[in-house]
Amino acid sequence: MPASSPSKKPVTPRRSLRAVKSDPVPPGERRLRFGEQWQYAPAPEAHDHLVIAPRHELFINGRSVPPTSGRYFASINPATEEKLTEIAHGDATDVDLAVQAARRAYEGEWGRLSGRERGKYLYRIARIIQEKARELAILETMDGGKPIKESRDVDLPLAAAHFFYHAGWADKLQYAFPGRTPQPLGVAGQIIPWNFPLLMAAWKLAPALACGNTVVLKPAETTSLTALRLAQIFQEAGLPPGVVNLVTGPGDTGAALVRHPGVDKIAFTGSTAVGKGIARALAGTGKRLTLELGGKAANIIFEDAPLDQAIEGIIAGIYFNQGHVCCAGSRLLVQESIYSTVLRKLRDRLQTLRVGNPLDKNTDVGAINSRPQLDKIRGLVQSGLDEGAELVQSSCPLPAKGFWYPPSFLTGVTASHRVAQEEIFGPVLSVMTFRTPEEAVERANNTPFGLSAGVWTDKGSKSFKLVNQLRAGVVWANTYNKFDPASPFGGYKESGFGREGGIQGLAAYVRLT
Amino acid sequence: MKVAPAISVDQVMTEERAAAFAKRSLKAGTKLAGLKLAIAMMDLTTLEGKDTPGKVAYLCHKARHPLEPRYAAPACAAVCVYPAMVAHARRALGTDSPVKVASVATGFPSGQTYRRIKLEETRRAAGEGADEIDMVINRGAFLAGDRAQVFDEIAAIKEACGSAHLKVILETGELVTYDNVRIASQIAMEAGGDFIKTSTGKVNPAATMAVTLVMLEAIRDYFYATGIRIGMKPAGGIRNSKQALAYLVMVHETLGEDWLTPERFRFGASTLLNDVLMQLVKFVDGNYQSSDYFSLP
Repeated sequence: MPASSPSKKPVTPRRSLRAVKSDPVPPGERRLRFGEQWQYAPAPEAHDHLVIAPRHELFINGRSVPPTSGRYFASINPATEEKLTEIAHGDATDVDLAVQAARRAYEGEWGRLSGRERGKYLYRIARIIQEKARELAILETMDGGKPIKESRDVDLPLAAAHFFYHAGWADKLQYAFPGRTPQPLGVAGQIIPWNFPLLMAAWKLAPALACGNTVVLKPAETTSLTALRLAQIFQEAGLPPGVVNLVTGPGDTGAALVRHPGVDKIAFTGSTAVGKGIARALAGTGKRLTLELGGKAANIIFEDAPLDQAIEGIIAGIYFNQGHVCCAGSRLLVQESIYSTVLRKLRDRLQTLRVGNPLDKNTDVGAINSRPQLDKIRGLVQSGLDEGAELVQSSCPLPAKGFWYPPSFLTGVTASHRVAQEEIFGPVLSVMTFRTPEEAVERANNTPFGLSAGVWTDKGSKSFKLVNQLRAGVVWANTYNKFDPASPFGGYKESGFGREGGIQGLAAYVRLT
Repeated sequence: MKVAPAISVDQVMTEERAAAFAKRSLKAGTKLAGLKLAIAMMDLTTLEGKDTPGKVAYLCHKARHPLEPRYAAPACAAVCVYPAMVAHARRALGTDSPVKVASVATGFPSGQTYRRIKLEETRRAAGEGADEIDMVINRGAFLAGDRAQVFDEIAAIKEACGSAHLKVILETGELVTYDNVRIASQIAMEAGGDFIKTSTGKVNPAATMAVTLVMLEAIRDYFYATGIRIGMKPAGGIRNSKQALAYLVMVHETLGEDWLTPERFRFGASTLLNDVLMQLVKFVDGNYQSSDYFSLP
């Protein structure tokens, strides 16, 4: 205390000081109002310059080729249910052609290239992605339903960043694993999900190519368009034919790729059920496998957390990409002492989320990717209600056409509720409480999954302690859903094995001798 | 003194959140309404050693009639001047003006003077017709850890204001950390401030989106706890319409529409007004005019 304080006698504020202010709002009515007074006019991203071909073929050996079966399936915009195009249904024969093309490229031109030359291709691809970022972002949003804000600011910059990052590794691989010599595996079969179509393609392709492999990639059935546009970018970049092949189609196309004897490695990102099937199919075949599967991440909020930022972390954790995120913070664990405060803040914040046309630049939450996914979300929420949970939902209006689910959270959830155990993969958060750090860890780890977790506290020591106790591949401290190509990503337990990104991600695409 | 335990603030997430508001795309009627709101929320300011009654008269007239009537621009909320200029501002505006007279006081901008003088300055400014007093907190005492002194001084100034509204300037550029800003906001509200204000405009950095967000969050918590709606005034550094609209988005989405009124939100600015007017004219007429067509305040 400074000794020089002239007046130590506190001046007591008089009651009358408050009289000049309007009367306080009674406790029950202290809600913030987010109404119609200043509505944001529609601000849609123009997309008339974007031409989507009425039909998309397979991409094999550097060329567009029709599927041998002659069959196509429709791809729709989930926000409008309008048909965007039709896409080739690849079958086992097409997969075989693709694998043969990849094998020829591996044993031919691509296999003979030096790391530096492979790096040049990757740099070129990264730059073209940046140049076409706007077009790709619009396409991603129309095809998958995610808000343009996210495809523009997250998916596209990260997709380019993955190619840039791995381009840098291509000529430095021999230094990545000290004392050991990395060799490419051969032909990699890659199966990617519908939640981040282009970004997942970049995650999988960039390290595989940097390490000298060739690839057969199968995009998700509902979201093939940006991967197919990426194929055009490969052509533009002059990537040798057969280095990357795309076979589009539903689950059986992927199954054909998994079963193909000419594939040296399978990398799969998707549901745990399918992942288990792939693991069974590959057992004893000698093929390498990495799996990035589901999650039910705990987002842990301690009473000493920066609370207003933690609320943002909760929102980003569960409503980012409509909750279609394998590492979504879908289980909120709040310390009991701040439960009501957090709930009040969350309730008010929920009202400010703007749901609607994904192409509108002000949209925060877009469309659910498909009707089956919407049905799954509805079913799980209903089970939560049947088991006694209470539902809090945004009162935002939803468009009449398309697949929509309002941002929601469930309170009164206990560890034995289905909504606390199963992955909902939608904008629905299950809120639970804990009392001590030990209990938080115990509850966070009490799940078959182990992909990610979040910890919110102002105490660094507490974060570091928890990071080591949580069985999760990624733990975010005072932030959530942050990604970087240099940082490995992957899970424990039923969330899969193997890592993507960083040196650890390279290891999944090389044989070390 | 009842100061509830302050909530800590995370810098990275705060700055990220603040930056996100600037990404809202405001079009058509939304933009027009926002521009008009920004004018109505403006505390048109001149705070210079060279201020004269003549300069203040310019300012007052500009605040009352920012543009010719066909553009339907509202009057500004207030003019903000030094205490010695209060009487001149009052005279220039007249008694029936919707534009308020705000006066800085308490040894503005540093506040490094005697409490007796701070109180006397406040009483005189209010007595000569200031509707609003913009005081500065004792940053020295705050940084030395003597929060009680900061609180007591604000409470004393509030008494000296009489019926005038009190805005409490934290001078966030001197408090530096968001944690400090959060604590100071809480002290200012508990001690009787009607508004909390970021800066004097004499210290860099002045208002930023992130620091304003921290203060808005403090106001939100105070509202939850007491039911009292405290006002917010970012000042200094807001120079163009795009920035002003981003601030409005931030208020809108942090505190809701009850704060989208000059009663609860103000911009402290001098050069902002003409940029907003330029946008307004562009909106109505369809083309931009050069700055020669906008009168100097």
